[in-house]
Amino acid sequence: MVLAHRLFPTPLAVGSEIVDLAQNANLLPDLGKTLFRAGAAFLCAMALGTALGICLGRLPALDRLLSSWLLVGLNLPAIVVAIVLYIWLGLTEIALISAVVINKLPLVAATIREGVRGFSADYDELGRAMRWSFTRRLRLIFVPQLVPFILAAARTGLSLIWKIVLVFEVLGSDGGVGYRVSLMFQFFDITGILAYTTAFILVVLCFEYAVLRPVERRVLRWRPAPI
Amino acid sequence: MAPGPDLNVTVAIKSFRNGEPIFRDFNVAIAAGSVTAILGPSGIGKSTLLRLIAGIDPVFEGSILIDGTQAKLSPPPGFVFQDPRLLPWLTAFDNVQTAGQEMSGNEARAALARTGMIDSADLFPHQLSGGMQRRVALARAMALNSGLLLLDEPFVSLDRELVEEMHDVLSTLLDQSAPTTLLVTHIAEDAARLADRVLLLAGRPATIVADIALPTPRRQRTASVLENYIALIGASAQRS
Repeated sequence: MVLAHRLFPTPLAVGSEIVDLAQNANLLPDLGKTLFRAGAAFLCAMALGTALGICLGRLPALDRLLSSWLLVGLNLPAIVVAIVLYIWLGLTEIALISAVVINKLPLVAATIREGVRGFSADYDELGRAMRWSFTRRLRLIFVPQLVPFILAAARTGLSLIWKIVLVFEVLGSDGGVGYRVSLMFQFFDITGILAYTTAFILVVLCFEYAVLRPVERRVLRWRPAPI
Repeated sequence: MAPGPDLNVTVAIKSFRNGEPIFRDFNVAIAAGSVTAILGPSGIGKSTLLRLIAGIDPVFEGSILIDGTQAKLSPPPGFVFQDPRLLPWLTAFDNVQTAGQEMSGNEARAALARTGMIDSADLFPHQLSGGMQRRVALARAMALNSGLLLLDEPFVSLDRELVEEMHDVLSTLLDQSAPTTLLVTHIAEDAARLADRVLLLAGRPATIVADIALPTPRRQRTASVLENYIALIGASAQRS
């Protein structure tokens, strides 16, 4: 309170700004747009990255062929991808989501590839001894071994996606948290920027505690507790 | 477990990846319901032999005849590996139930009960001791109920007390259901306590250098009889 200043708004001021923006402005539609973009990019990147990672982990020839490209993908500046896609496809939803997917996909693929490479040959042998069908092996052996890597890819990927979606919205979009923050930047509206940021962080935390952690607890309950 | 079938193993040739033969013109007939221990030095091919019989390793020339036919045993043979090899993401109960395609909960529970593990049915493998994990692995193999049980050094890395406990559990199970059993071990005492017959393997390619019949029934072997046989098996192993 003592430090209250136009550039350093109090938490109370930020809180009341959130309420005001939600009731009288576009906070909720903007959050919705950003979440939709992040969600769509996340699902696409996870699905494609997981499929690619499994192929790379199981097929050494394909891994040799694509590993350099994967390295390029991992180190490609995110902003370059977004600019190129905006030029090619225009300032469209597809361009934004595709740019996020292209940035995220190599990270998912590389994580899943490592998981697949680490599959235990012992369990394969057990499956052969039990004469389990392919689908049974998939369910009993492969998927459970892959789940920790999928969760790791999801968590690291999601944190990356939250950030780059906002950057790409600043670069070119017709709404969303990033777009709105860039408008507020032009007016040095720090209270509005912090209100949007706080609301966004609250959504991310809700997702972490309401979705990711319960899922993680459930599917990894077989793991020994860390000492 | 159903009473076991006759087993006739013929391996014309089985080689390592480098082409060196492990078995050549190898034949062995195992009587239905018997317990045969296979002893021999490390790397001689004992575990390979079990893998051929189980169908885990199908790359060899020869045949595995079960009750005189080459048809695959269905359900597959119960296999106990050197390590318990339980799926760590499944409880003890689920590990046993996965053994069979359509195994009922009651069958899985009965298998766990026979190995004294019913009270730990809901525990995950990391919550079980080494000995308990072995019991669950044994329950899983027995639950297949195929009549053929393949044990690949099932007591390795257990302390003596646990080994004796496992001998008792296994002995009881073998008495109850008489599966045809092959026990790979390098410990003469395991063979003398559990087997009706001991085959000693040696050489490369491996051949049977000693075939020792033990007195039956197992339970009536006295301490001195056991000692004599342990000494006999040990001496034969040293000679080979």
